[in-house]
Amino acid sequence: MDKKMKRYPIGHVVGFLSSLLLTFVAAGIALRTSLSFHTIMLLIGGLALVQAALQLFMFMHVNEGEDRKTQVINIAYGLIVAVIIVAGSIWVMSFGHHH
Amino acid sequence: MGIKWNEILITGDPLILGSQIAILLTMIGIVGGITYLKKWKWLWTEWLTTVDHKKIGIMYIISAVLMFFRGGMDGILMRVQTSRPEMEFLNAQHYNEIFTTHGVIMILFMAMPFLIGFMNLVIPLQIGARDVAFPQLNALSFWLFFCGAMLFNLSFVVGGSPDAGWTSYFPLAGKEFSPGIGNNYYAVALQISGIGTLMTGINFIVTILKMRTKGMTLMRMPMFSWTTFITSIIIVASFPILTVALALMTFDRLYGTHFFTLSGGGLDMLWANLFWLWGHPEVYIVALPAFGIFSEVIATFSRKTLYGYKSMVFSIVGIAILSMVVWVHHFYTMGAGPGVNSIFSITTMMIAVPTGVKMFNWLFTMRKGRIKMTTAMLWALAFVPCFVIGGVTGVMLGMGAADYQYHNTLFLVAHFHYVLIPAVVFAVFAGTYYWWPKMFGHMLNEKIGKWHFWLFVIGFNMTFMPMFFLGLDGAVRRSYTYSVESGYAPLFFVSFIGSIILALGFAAFCYNIYWSVRYADRNIPSDPWDARTLEWATASPVQHYNFAKLPEVKSMDAFWYMKKNNEGLTLKKEELEEIHMPSNSGLPFIMCVVFGISGFFLVFEWHIAAAVAAVGIFAGLIIRSFDYNDGFHVHKEEIEQTESAWRNGEGEVNRYVGKR
Ligand code: HEM
Repeated sequence: MDKKMKRYPIGHVVGFLSSLLLTFVAAGIALRTSLSFHTIMLLIGGLALVQAALQLFMFMHVNEGEDRKTQVINIAYGLIVAVIIVAGSIWVMSFGHHH
Repeated sequence: MGIKWNEILITGDPLILGSQIAILLTMIGIVGGITYLKKWKWLWTEWLTTVDHKKIGIMYIISAVLMFFRGGMDGILMRVQTSRPEMEFLNAQHYNEIFTTHGVIMILFMAMPFLIGFMNLVIPLQIGARDVAFPQLNALSFWLFFCGAMLFNLSFVVGGSPDAGWTSYFPLAGKEFSPGIGNNYYAVALQISGIGTLMTGINFIVTILKMRTKGMTLMRMPMFSWTTFITSIIIVASFPILTVALALMTFDRLYGTHFFTLSGGGLDMLWANLFWLWGHPEVYIVALPAFGIFSEVIATFSRKTLYGYKSMVFSIVGIAILSMVVWVHHFYTMGAGPGVNSIFSITTMMIAVPTGVKMFNWLFTMRKGRIKMTTAMLWALAFVPCFVIGGVTGVMLGMGAADYQYHNTLFLVAHFHYVLIPAVVFAVFAGTYYWWPKMFGHMLNEKIGKWHFWLFVIGFNMTFMPMFFLGLDGAVRRSYTYSVESGYAPLFFVSFIGSIILALGFAAFCYNIYWSVRYADRNIPSDPWDARTLEWATASPVQHYNFAKLPEVKSMDAFWYMKKNNEGLTLKKEELEEIHMPSNSGLPFIMCVVFGISGFFLVFEWHIAAAVAAVGIFAGLIIRSFDYNDGFHVHKEEIEQTESAWRNGEGEVNRYVGKR
């Protein structure tokens, strides 16, 4: 029982603070700069990927656990769902009607 | 911001005034009753703070029955309004509100909680565990669902109901076209209960992966456990989409962003896209556990192992994957183009294949079985033909080109009721008759059950069968009235009579509960149906620690073979050990209250008050993080007492060797 008292959850705190920071930076780029639309999209998209990776390591324990198979299944599952949602939506929403 | 205090309570409509008075009287009655019987402490310690999966399951089921009543009343009101042409019972606005709340309540606050209730009640027992993986999180899931449900129900007396359909399509649901606060209720209440559902999904994935008893391999799990497992995975895949979509809706409505608006670069159809990206998997979230219930009931009462177990598992997995890639069939007419529509027509029709496999498996399970016509089994039998009608019309609707004809007519409404009612409602009724003794230690009356069954099934077919033909004749959905010249009147009237019969069926169900609670024989064996799965290997009602000794599983239908080979049924005194159980906690209930208050302020766009109340949410999270309560131990003496009490009961196979 005393094992969990020992270590200060430094990883979580750092992860949380840097996630906040990344979010504010993204918001700042989108709202406060006058870069071109495409640059902004690229930058905040990149920041989103960085944050996703960060969360995987800091909170989702991808680098822990003995059994690699589970991790592979989990990540494949996450990727498939993400592809269906994002790529699927773009495909469906960009057909037929143009603004 | 500008709340109009004088508009908070809805006034002026006699129906709503009646309900307000009824609600007030009921609340006074409940509070008075509990105080009079001095049950507050009991309520708090036994129910409100419980983390016991069985009690949480029962609370889910009770809430779902209440919500069924509310949603059913809405359904009847709509049928009354359309019983004759040009009826003036409800006006257009009121009709809009009623079909919206009916749809939301039936799907999110009736179907899902009812099934999640059974999942809670049964899954840990079926896999031979003492609780779910995260008991306190489970309690929080329930209380968040309850909070969302109550907030949503409040809308019709306080502030006004949402009225943009259960799909709440933009631009109609946006601030421009629905300036009232009704749709804020939709955004906030669904958000709160959605968080609860997502946590349930996570909880059951972990429970099923990590807490199975010795020998319970995945391929030995009962079918209801399998469907719950896959359902939980679909929940985790799809609910975040709803969370995000609702958050964007909230921003649009409350803070003036332009995600789904017509102006300012918004994309209104993106809402429909996101809604159905969640909404279609949601249909399978309610259908799969229902299929699981039928599988248990059919196997038990045919007295045979489920036919084609492996193909069942594969078809559930297939359904799960396909359920994520068919969403566009809900809006073919949006005009996405022939490429998109064709692909989604194909995926939609493909889903009929695994579903058909399951149908045949159930039929083959019954083939040459010694079928017992219990009420639970009757529901399963009626499910097969009724659901096939729903499925076949679904394939008709699934063809993109043909859908241009059926879209937005009552044909569609008939179709999805033919899917949802036989699958979900028949299943929860079957489950209620089947598992009732597990919950309360007595059976539901079979004779009243037959009345319930026949009234409900006949009423259901009479209500919805005419709608297919009305729809083909061009009657549109969500329309509060029609003209005499349309010629719809006779079929609408049949449908109205049907809904009254259906309501009588539901009344028979309620009467059955009342009758059985009062008069049913309490002296029944713990395994009254001669069932096959582990939940029947322990006492009915189940003792709080589930199993004195965790059962060991050697084959599928574990309990059946334990009985057949007379293994593991008895318990020796030396085998008893102390059992570690989680402690109760008041935090989930308090979180429910805090979420409710904060949500309520948010609905009324009173942002500062909402933020202040939300501090309570964070306080709850922090308190939970520093909570080191490790639970408690159940002592051997208590276990011995409990075990010998039920194992030596009258009507019980004597299973307690230690005593003899
Ligand atoms: C108890 C018997 C029921 C009756 C009498 C009933 C009746 C109706 C009627 C008359 C409509 C509206 C038709 C229109 O568009 O004008 C409707 C819509 C709907 N019903 Fe039911 N229903 C019942 C049960 C259920 C159940 C069990 C579910 C789901 C589990 C359900 C889900 C829905 C949904 C999602 C809508 C669409 C709401 C919308 O248009 O936004 N219903 N129902």
